[in-house]
Parts: sequence; structure tokens; C-alpha cells
Amino acid sequence: MAKIKINKKRCKGCQLCIVYCPKKNIKVAKDLNELGIFPAEIHAEEECTGCGICFLMCPDVCIEIEGE
Amino acid sequence: MAKNYKRPESLVDVATHYCAGCGHGILHRIVAEVIDELGVREKTIAIAPVGCAVSAYDYWQFDCAEAAHGRALAVATAIKRVQPDKVVFTYQGDGDLAAIGTAETIHAANRGENLTVIFVNNAVYGMTGGQMAPTTLADQKTATTPAGRDVKKEGFPLKISEMLVLLDGVYSVERTSLSTPAGVLVTKKAIKGAFENQIQGKGFSIVEVLSMCPTYWDKSPADSARWIEEVLSQYFKLGKLK
Amino acid sequence: MKRKILISGNEAMGEAAIRAGCRFYAGYPITPQNELTAYMANAFQKAGGIFIQPESELAAISMVYGASASGVRAMTSSSSPGISLKQEGISYISGAHIPAVIINVMRAGPGLGNIWPAQSDYFQAVKGGGHGDYHMIVLAPGSVQESFDLTKLAFDLADKYRIASMILSDGILGQIMEALEFDDESKPPQPPEKPWALTGAKDRKPNIVRSLSMKRDEVEKNNLLLQKKYRRIESAEVRFEASGLKDAALAVVAYGSMSRIAKSAVESLRKQGKKVGIFRPITLWPFPKKQLEKLSGKTKKILVVEMSCGQMVEDVRLAAAKSATVGFYGRSGGGIPTEKQVTREILKMLAQKR
Repeated sequence: MAKIKINKKRCKGCQLCIVYCPKKNIKVAKDLNELGIFPAEIHAEEECTGCGICFLMCPDVCIEIEGE
Repeated sequence: MAKNYKRPESLVDVATHYCAGCGHGILHRIVAEVIDELGVREKTIAIAPVGCAVSAYDYWQFDCAEAAHGRALAVATAIKRVQPDKVVFTYQGDGDLAAIGTAETIHAANRGENLTVIFVNNAVYGMTGGQMAPTTLADQKTATTPAGRDVKKEGFPLKISEMLVLLDGVYSVERTSLSTPAGVLVTKKAIKGAFENQIQGKGFSIVEVLSMCPTYWDKSPADSARWIEEVLSQYFKLGKLK
Repeated sequence: MKRKILISGNEAMGEAAIRAGCRFYAGYPITPQNELTAYMANAFQKAGGIFIQPESELAAISMVYGASASGVRAMTSSSSPGISLKQEGISYISGAHIPAVIINVMRAGPGLGNIWPAQSDYFQAVKGGGHGDYHMIVLAPGSVQESFDLTKLAFDLADKYRIASMILSDGILGQIMEALEFDDESKPPQPPEKPWALTGAKDRKPNIVRSLSMKRDEVEKNNLLLQKKYRRIESAEVRFEASGLKDAALAVVAYGSMSRIAKSAVESLRKQGKKVGIFRPITLWPFPKKQLEKLSGKTKKILVVEMSCGQMVEDVRLAAAKSATVGFYGRSGGGIPTEKQVTREILKMLAQKR
């Protein structure tokens, strides 16, 4: 099961990861980050298949995934 | 088994100045991944344009020269001629490459300079506030075409890549897009190929990458990606042109 | 082994570039400097130099920027209209602190003007024809031999101070053929180490050659750095030639080919017992301000003669007008002040009370 990490501090809230995640497993966080935007946040870690589509689409390399 | 996805070594771990959802961020990562995978970081010299990517050197871990607006390919030509063993590439926007730098682009291509060119087409001038670019589409509204680009007055979106196909000096021309995960993978493959062409001395290789500019398209990042899919790439057709 | 050949000014500058270890040249055709470009296409390339005839002069200056950023000696040459196209590139070269040699074989302007000689690009060269506070070292040869010597010097000074050096020649000096003496076996000097050059970040942090910075104070700091460099150059690199000034009542100030015509007038008047001398700036920047100020202490009449409507005269006035009367005579647009006309102007000024 892949381990996904989202750097909420650096996320600019473009939401491309949210739109393209095939599992719809990324959502908008409730709390603002330092940039004053609602960053992306993983919905259910165990659901993540580690496909990396979110990584491909993230313009700010906020997402890192460790495979098994 | 899932792969590891992490920041490529050649990409500095720092926040960028790019807007949310801007294609430059994805493309900077792709370039860094390719340079790492080819193992050429210590031989790479980039030439940055004037435009949103003017300070791309803040984000890459290899030597970089800043060129006057439009002159990146002249600077690159000299660097490559003086140091043929180095991997030299330009990273230019549509204004830099296809407006003020048109002559440099056509003549560097026509000389068949053994260079890799990454041409970011986002159909506007981003750095200066969303003005019309040579690749702005007909009827597309910009800061300088508030009622939409009027082809009778402002001419047609410039198909510079198609023009370069005609030059014998040009080895490969490809147009890709960042608007979908598949498009990002195709873009990476094309850019890697363009660098490999240079390393094998094949000659002038250019990859035109359609890239989102949410701020000046006045769309969300996701809608900007969709706009590329449904509109921009209908005029600027994707695929291998040469 | 000392060699002596008959060669044009343009070609002499090409030979000098080869002997100075120039490795890259980009030049676009424009009269009256074409022989230099042709020489580089021929002798320079045979000597292993990289030659490009690009699509325009402004591409050429950006190519020099790229070659120089790679750490090699690089040069371009052109004539007045082409030099105007290079001004933005020169400003970038200056802001990025990289060496370059630029040769301007001046012709009549403004606009397309004509191919006849002139000196009307003085302001553009010494005051900075591009944007921002910057200077080039500007050297004005007066002969084919000096065109050769100053071109070699231009490369050394460019590397020494990481600055653009310009040779300000003109259509006369470029085209005339004179004797040139040089040491045939002289090897180019070893250029200084260039750790800042873009050679691939191997075993070092990446280098960036640029003039832009997004950080508020960095560009101001860069300007202070440039000004410090210019002060150093002004104190160390002024060059001029002076003759017959010890007892001179009137000094003619002229440079380049104009100084040769003026010298003939001065020498013939000297023979007639007139107390006249000549002061010839060789570095137009850094300008010999102190020397002219000192001269104006004892020689109360100064006549500036130029192939222009009066440009260097302003700098001479700044240096000398406090204590001397500074007159001017000039012809532009290809008009060349004749010895007779210069003699007439000298005598007129000598006759004036003050």
C-alpha cells in the first residue's frame, strides 16, 4: 500500500490533483495554510494505490509517494 | 507495486513564483527528471528566456544563462558551438521564441544547431499581465485584445512549429500538452527524446508544450486544462510533426 | 621573429584578434567593416576560431554574450547602424559582468547615412548607448598599427575587468593600408581563470550568468559594484598622446583619423613658429579628464576637432572649460575637416583675445 505525503505548506490550491485523482481520494483541507489558501489533503491514506497521477499533475511537487 | 514519486535531484526544493496551476511548474519538474535520468546534470547549460520563466535558474541545479528577450537561441548557439560536449537547451515562451525571437529561432533551426528547444505555448504573455501572444487564438480575449483577437487586424495564431518543419536543418519537431496525466507523460517522453537527439548529435530538436495559464485565461486550473483539450489543441495539433 | 606586412585596418584588427586568442567571432555584413568579417571567416577559422555569420547584428552580440559566458574570448564587429542594434546586448553584457570585444568602424549617420567615415557615434560609445548605468572601455586607434595593438589590449582589458571593450575605428582607418609590425611567434596570453563561466556544474555549485534579480536590493548592489569597477578603470587605464604642449598657446584635441589631419596642421604651423600642440585621447572612456584639466591650467586655448557635429567637445569642456576657452570645429555626415580648414580655425582662435 503506497504512502502518500502532501506538502500542505507549499500547496497553492490549484486542485489539479483533486480533479485528476482516479480514486477521488484527495480533497480540500478544512484549515488554511500560510499562503492563505485551503491546500489539498489525502482523504483516506489506505485507499491510495500510488498511481502517481497526482504527482504528475502537481505544478509545485507538493506530493511525494513511496511505493511498497 | 507502486513506483516512488519524488522531487528530482536537479529541481531545487524551493517554492516557485509561478501561479497556482501554471504549467511551468510541471514542465520544470519534467526537465529536471529528464536531466537526472540521462545523468547529464553536470554537463547541462540552460538558457532562460524573458517571460514568466525568466528566473528558471532559481529552480534548476545546473548552469544557466539569462538571455535578452528573444535572443536565447543566439546565446545557445554560441554556447553549444564553443562547448559541443555540453548539453545545451533553451526554455522559451511563445513571445520569446515566436514574436521578438522569431529570427533567432528560424535561423538557429535553419543552421541545424545541435540544440534542444523547449517551447512553452500558453497563448498569452504571462509575466507582463496577459497580453496577446503570437499564439493567441482568434477571438481570444487578452489584455491587448479586449474584444478578442481580430485576425483581420492582429493576424492569425502563429504555427511556428509547423514552419520549422520545412527547414532542412531541423531534426525533430513535436507538440505535446500538459493538460492531462497522459499528456504529461507524452511531454516527458518527447523532451527526453529531444535531449537524446542532441546527445547523439542529431541536430535541432524542438518540443512545443501547450501549457495552462489559469491567471490570464481567467479560468480555474482544471478548466484551463480542459480549454487546452477542447480548444487550444484543436488549432495547435498535438503529435510528432517531424 | 619580427614581421612587417602591408594590411588594412580592418584586417589588422582581425589578425590582432587571432593573436589575442579570440576563440569566437560573430559578424554581420555592413560596410565599411566587411573586410574584417571576411578575414575572420578566412584566417580566423583557419586558425581554429569559431565563426558565425548570424541573421542580424543583435543576434551577433547575443552570440558573443553566450560564447563569453562559456569562458572564451569573443568578438563582434560592425559599423554604426549595426552597432546601434547591439546596444541592448551590450547593456546585458555589462550588467552580467562578462568580457567582450566590440569593434565599431564608424560611418556617416544618422540613419542609413552613408559608408563614408565619421566620428558621430562618440556619445553612443562613451555615454552608453543602451539602457542603465554602464560604461564600456572605448579605445580609439589612430593608425593600422594602433588598430592592431589596441584590439589586443581590448581583449586583455575586457578579461581584466570583465567588461565590454570597444574599438572605435572609422571608415578611413578600416580601409587604409599601412605597414604593420608584430612578433610572428607571439602566443596569445593565458586568459585569467573564469570560475564564473558556464562550463557545466561539475564539482561546483551551478553558475548563473545574468543581470536580472527579483530581490529588491540586488540590482542596486550590482550597480554599486559596477561603479566601483569603473572608478578602478578610470584611475588605471587612461591612455593619451600629447606633443608640442609644453609652451603651447593653443592645443588641438582630436582622436582617431581626425587627429592625424590635425597633427599635420599643427606641425606645419609649428614650423612657422606658432605655439600650437596636439592632445590625442586614446581611451575615450576612461576619458583623460585630469590630463586635460592640467593642460587647461597653462594652455588657455583649446580647439576640439571632430568628424561630427561636436560630441567629445562636451567632455573636453567639462574637463577644461573652467580655465581655458574650448572652441570646436567639426564636419559630419562623411565630411572630413581638411588640413587647410583646421589650420584656418587654429589661426582664427589664436587671433582671438580670449
